[in-house]
Amino acid sequence: MKREISRRDFVKASGALVVCFSTAALIEPFAMGQGPFDTHQSHIDPEKLDSWLAIASDGMVTAYTGKCDFGQGMYTVQTQLVAEELCVSINKVKLIQCDTSVTPDQGTTSGSQSTPTNFNTQNLAQAAATARGALVGMAAQRLGASVDQLTIENGVVSAKSGRHVSYDELVAGKHFDISVSSTAKRRSPSEWKVLGKPVPSMDLGALMASTFEFVHNVHVPGMVHGRVVRPPEVGATVADVDEKSVQHVPGVIKVVVRNNFVGVVAERQWQAAQAATDLKVAWKPGPGLPAQKDFYAYMLKQPSREVMLVNSNDVDNKLKSASRVLKATYLHPYQAHGSIGSSCAVADVQEFKATVWSATQSVYPTRHGVSVLTGLPLDNVRVIFVRGSGCYGLNAADTVSYDAALLSQAVHKPVRVQLTRHDEFISENYGAACVIEQQAGLDASGAIAAWDCQTWSASLGGRPGYEKPGNVITGMLAGFDPDTITPRAAAEPTGDLRNGSNAVPSYMAGCVNGKCGGTGSIRSERVLTHAVKSPFFTGPLRSPLRLQNTFAHECFMDEISAYVKTDPVAYRLQHLKETRIIDVVKVAAKTANWDARPSPKPGGARTGTVAGRGIACVAYEGDNGYAALVGEVEVDQESGRVQVSRFVVAHDCGPISNPEGLRNQIEGGLLQGTSRALGEEITWDDRKVTSIDWRSYNTLPLGIQVPVIESVLIDRPAAEATGAGETAITLAAAAIGNAIFDATGARIREVPFTPDRVKAALSRG
Amino acid sequence: MLLSSEMFGGEMTPSISLKVNGHLHTVNVDPQTPLLYVLSDDLQLRGPKFGCGLAQCGACTVIIRGQAVRSCVMPVSAVKQQEVTTLEGLGSPEKPHAIQQAFIDEGAAQCGFCLSGVMLTAKALLDEHPKATDEQIREVMSNVLCRCFAHTRMMRAIQRYQKERA
Repeated sequence: MKREISRRDFVKASGALVVCFSTAALIEPFAMGQGPFDTHQSHIDPEKLDSWLAIASDGMVTAYTGKCDFGQGMYTVQTQLVAEELCVSINKVKLIQCDTSVTPDQGTTSGSQSTPTNFNTQNLAQAAATARGALVGMAAQRLGASVDQLTIENGVVSAKSGRHVSYDELVAGKHFDISVSSTAKRRSPSEWKVLGKPVPSMDLGALMASTFEFVHNVHVPGMVHGRVVRPPEVGATVADVDEKSVQHVPGVIKVVVRNNFVGVVAERQWQAAQAATDLKVAWKPGPGLPAQKDFYAYMLKQPSREVMLVNSNDVDNKLKSASRVLKATYLHPYQAHGSIGSSCAVADVQEFKATVWSATQSVYPTRHGVSVLTGLPLDNVRVIFVRGSGCYGLNAADTVSYDAALLSQAVHKPVRVQLTRHDEFISENYGAACVIEQQAGLDASGAIAAWDCQTWSASLGGRPGYEKPGNVITGMLAGFDPDTITPRAAAEPTGDLRNGSNAVPSYMAGCVNGKCGGTGSIRSERVLTHAVKSPFFTGPLRSPLRLQNTFAHECFMDEISAYVKTDPVAYRLQHLKETRIIDVVKVAAKTANWDARPSPKPGGARTGTVAGRGIACVAYEGDNGYAALVGEVEVDQESGRVQVSRFVVAHDCGPISNPEGLRNQIEGGLLQGTSRALGEEITWDDRKVTSIDWRSYNTLPLGIQVPVIESVLIDRPAAEATGAGETAITLAAAAIGNAIFDATGARIREVPFTPDRVKAALSRG
Repeated sequence: MLLSSEMFGGEMTPSISLKVNGHLHTVNVDPQTPLLYVLSDDLQLRGPKFGCGLAQCGACTVIIRGQAVRSCVMPVSAVKQQEVTTLEGLGSPEKPHAIQQAFIDEGAAQCGFCLSGVMLTAKALLDEHPKATDEQIREVMSNVLCRCFAHTRMMRAIQRYQKERA
């Protein structure tokens, strides 16, 4: 397949006559507002309509997006969006995703931000609405009719007279050459014909028949194969590399060493694998690792970067005067992204330019990283997104892209690199380990008078962004420093409430300088967060910190409601004030036929298998989606095994763009959350990571008894569109933990809820 | 004596014949090369994928003599005259096989990387044991992983295929 495709070629191939950009012809710099994610200027101006859309001579619409599909459904739903706004069927839209030569810089596809960014009144949605407006304007002139007399159907604009003209006739020979209009009117959800409908994922046919191209399937002419040799112990550095040790392996092209980065390149993949295994590298040991059994206590002793998110300055007094103070500490381990396919990339680094085929979530930032690592000018590096296996955040897609670039540059050939399972497990950017300490003071009626929360999360590296290739292992090995923690005492909170990590419980009023941005009613409130240096790389893993914090908040809420012998749903509602979170709680409880009573369930046997139910809710990132989850479990009190039998989730993400895709995300999220709650945990000894494969890192396989999942989708057409991929997963551990308590009376405050931990909690009673 | 790459890459590399999805191929590779690398690199097939290289996840699954086989740990020389079927060997997007159609009908995928393991493992079981119980299906599928956790839909698709092939 031809891989040297420029935007010019794309346009030629699609027949569209739009302006042709090239990396050599930079346009004027511009500022851009893309929502909360940092983006940089590039040669593709997001303020110009032609950067987003082209209409070809056959009427096909090509749309360019910087938000890409990893399996979460963004391809299909963005195609729906463009089809809706342009009043064409989805098979008339071709979507080009995340390619630094042809798509606008939309930063990183992450953080449940793709829908908010592209489906409200900016970016792709606004571009498509602008295009429709422009086309209708042109048609009005052509047909001699006023705009309000025109109708559009599948790309044909018709006047009442019966005269009509198609998009391709209107655009023929021209590009739009206008700016994206901030006032172009979006089609309202009440008019939707394509959006809002349950459209099956458009890739299903190709996926099932395996014609779909993953980055793992990319072949370029002359491509050879690389493997990396990672430090076997955390922090180990290269003392010596014996290149002769792989002389016996046929096909070896080169042993590549750059600082502590070591890799091999060979003609064939099997040869590269053998060479990587056989290469003798003498490593200087790293500093050693803190003992895992004491790790949470170790975290609390580290110097920390503190952030005070909310502080009413009366918490200590209120706790002193409370009729009762409850305290609890919750623990969450490091977890892996553990993509089913180990990460892979192909790079072709030539003397003056580089092309990287990558499953990264962030083609533009990765372009910066590759530019820094190779020394090539930014404009001469192109990063093209090709889907990898599901990433769920910052898996090793970025680091393997760097690996491929370094190896390709060393051998002057295109190189494909796929990590081994071991490489990926020992050095990906794990979801952070967390400790969350809670205390609450109750008033005489049993209501919460004050809530005090402190969180600790372990952090090293993270997304490389535009500046920090050292934030993933390859960049660090090649000599670039990762972001680390600069200890700093907290200042008093200012500005608006920042609850992007859900460190502030939903029940707090969230008042900063008199402005209350929280979803709850508790006015005596304090949340102090600590980031401490992690011995391992960390990075966003689906619902980063939001899941850990919500686990702690929602279990603690349950503990308090049990202490005051109140139904946990009623007790939550008593402390919530925001309608949307109240609604999801009520809908989930009603749908689940919630048995309103205090936990634990009365009369539960102390032996055998017992059943219980639990609830949890969240306003994701404070205001980016709302969900409540009822989980029903069975606990075998002899073995400590937990079986989830049923989930009922109520979900509100504003106007629903594709209910089919949404259900798929909710179902997958809940089971992934269950796997993380019940079994997933990175383990290590005094020098190295010991969870290195699918025997030493637990994941729930296909053959589990799958719980019944009922999703109630609350559509809010008048609201802004929010994220939806991380909301449900955020609640799984909390709902399961609360259900275990309801069934057994035993509270388990450490994830994962392994049989041993459940039995230990049972024996504590 | 050390073997040089020239010697290995030249006349000393044996040629191995393979029948894959009805087509005969001849490749010149080290006989110890895992079948997966020959399928994905030499034949450029997209179905079987490297997930773990340890026969733990299933992403590399192919069917040989009716059995689901993990091609990441099978040397290509062990295949001999046996025909290999990969996921693309079952059907095409235009004419999907019944199990592929069942997965399409159930929308049973997210990223789709694991599908060779899921579909071919289920197909091999149900072709041999058309009346396998849910418990037997679950037992066999307990060796297959999907990290997007599209389990609900996948298990429903497998049951749909079982009903439709009966």
